[in-house]
Amino acid sequence: MSVLIFVDHIDGHIKKASHEALSYGAKIAEQTGTTAEAVILGTVNDDLEKLGEHGVKKVYQVQNEQLQQFDSQVYTKVIAQVAQQSGAKVIIFSNNSSGKALAPRVAVRLKAGLAAGVNALPDTSNGFTVRKTVFSGKAFAQVAIDTEIKVLSLNVNAFTIITGEGKAEVIPFDAIVESPKLKTIDSTKTSGKVSLTEADVVVSAGRGLKGPENWGMVEELADTLGAALACSRPVADAHWRPHNEHVGQTGIAIAPNLYVAVGISGAIQHLAGVNRSKVIVVINKDPEAPFFKAADYGVVGDAFEIVPKLTSAIKKLKGQS
Amino acid sequence: MKILVCISKTPDTTAKIAFTDNNTKFAEAGVQWIINPYDEWYSLVRAIELKEKDPSTIINLVTVGGADAEPIIRKALALGGDEAIRINAEPLESYQVASLIAEIARNGNYDLVLTGKETIDYNGGAVGGLLAEVLDLPYIANATNLQVNGSTATVKREIEGGEETIECPFPLVLSCQKGMAEARIPNMRGIMAARTKPLKVVDPSPVQTLTKFSEFQLPPAKQGVKLVSPDNVDELVRLLHEEARAI
Ligand SMILES: Cc1cc2nc3c(=O)[nH]c(=O)nc-3n(C[C@H](O)[C@H](O)[C@H](O)COP(=O)(O)OP(=O)(O)OC[C@H]3O[C@@H](n4cnc5c(N)ncnc54)[C@H](O)[C@@H]3O)c2cc1C
Repeated sequence: MSVLIFVDHIDGHIKKASHEALSYGAKIAEQTGTTAEAVILGTVNDDLEKLGEHGVKKVYQVQNEQLQQFDSQVYTKVIAQVAQQSGAKVIIFSNNSSGKALAPRVAVRLKAGLAAGVNALPDTSNGFTVRKTVFSGKAFAQVAIDTEIKVLSLNVNAFTIITGEGKAEVIPFDAIVESPKLKTIDSTKTSGKVSLTEADVVVSAGRGLKGPENWGMVEELADTLGAALACSRPVADAHWRPHNEHVGQTGIAIAPNLYVAVGISGAIQHLAGVNRSKVIVVINKDPEAPFFKAADYGVVGDAFEIVPKLTSAIKKLKGQS
Repeated sequence: MKILVCISKTPDTTAKIAFTDNNTKFAEAGVQWIINPYDEWYSLVRAIELKEKDPSTIINLVTVGGADAEPIIRKALALGGDEAIRINAEPLESYQVASLIAEIARNGNYDLVLTGKETIDYNGGAVGGLLAEVLDLPYIANATNLQVNGSTATVKREIEGGEETIECPFPLVLSCQKGMAEARIPNMRGIMAARTKPLKVVDPSPVQTLTKFSEFQLPPAKQGVKLVSPDNVDELVRLLHEEARAI
């Protein structure tokens, strides 16, 4: 019996979200007295033995030309073969772009119940229930899974990476791999240097900035903090910023460690996508802006004065430390 | 081309989130219902755009729900689409919903099945993937663009820190999100036409549920904001560094 964790990678490196999923899966294995094992499709530059530091004992690695193309239909069948070999009772994905395509498919294939977007360790004392976000972060639900095999997708930034001692055994796995129907013909990187969903710090701005020409100071603040950029919906709708920066109930849901909101009123639909952030800082000239009710720290004032001051104060701090 | 658009009914984005029956049920009293925004703004509108380009396109809408879902599906028909199917069952969880829709999809020989990225209530984001596997079809999640060139679809999808352009032969399943289309408002003609468009009600075949929401909770309230003077931004940085340990 095992807890099997799917390891996702990009540009030769294992994603941060997968390190979280590995740590999470290893904890579940410890809690249920089983072993944690991982599966990776394709090759990476990272040392797979080191995944043992998160608590996994084995890493099944499937290498095959056909797997260079991500195709959830093909990947699912491969993961199912590994799951069978590993005797997986719980299978973990990250709730990210790959996991969103794979977790439901693998669940169907293995006749497993799925809990998507979980954010805490399961309660296994009586059955199997696990907590997930619902209503775009406005509430949580406990999901009871009744099937023998369970599939979970873990929200990004919801579980702290655990690093200890240990070396995993890397096992080459010979799977039957179908040829993919999907063909990736182009891939582009978005302007931001940090991926929005995985970012520890996010700097976000709204209509209070008046126009796209004023984003320079926001970008500088984000650069200083090593943060990803986000924006409110009207900002993306007006094409001041690209769609992929729109956060909220109908955009991207994020849960960074620090969220800095500049010139955003804090409408309920905006809060829904960002209220899982650990620390929220709001800069708004209107003391009545609803966002202050959801914030940890606030500055009432003009963003055009405060943001540059904040950037230089942070530069000063970083210079000292 | 034949397109099936999955439509879900969700509480309005401003609805008060509260629970009843010992926190086991969403409190529906007084709640306004809307078409799940991802289904409406992106899947449905993109399907309509494709039909505007090629009028031979057939668009069917499908929803799993009781009679109370009919105003929602009529509203969707007012935007566009040829006919709607309501599977007369209470939606309980994603696998049940996907299994029920899969039957309609299989029997209708669709080239394209569209879902929203997720519903804004239970945020499963799973129906598209579940459907694709039940039907053994290719699936692309979080699609931001769809072009049709004969028998191939060209789809963009968002990935962490980037975007991919993918080609795939039909039939396929897509989950749609922002970028796919621009939201529309139904016009008077559409609303009138929707009244007479066919809305078929079919009985569900028995399907399994594999999961259950056993309890809901509201997140703990915030402690209250600590305000810092705009003349003392250094103090904000100090607090973020020393107190919150966030920078
Ligand atoms: C179905 C539905 C779904 C939605 N989904 C989303 C979503 O996913 N995400 C989202 O963000 N919104 C969403 N919205 C829109 C949401 O209701 C708000 O309209 C939107 O979030 C407001 O954006 P904003 O805060 O940038 O602009 P505004 O509400 O216009 O707020 C601008 C703020 O900037 C402040 N300001 C102005 N000038 C300055 C200055 N010089 N310095 C400092 N502060 C200043 C103002 O005081 C104000 O608070 C949705 C709406 C609907 C109906």
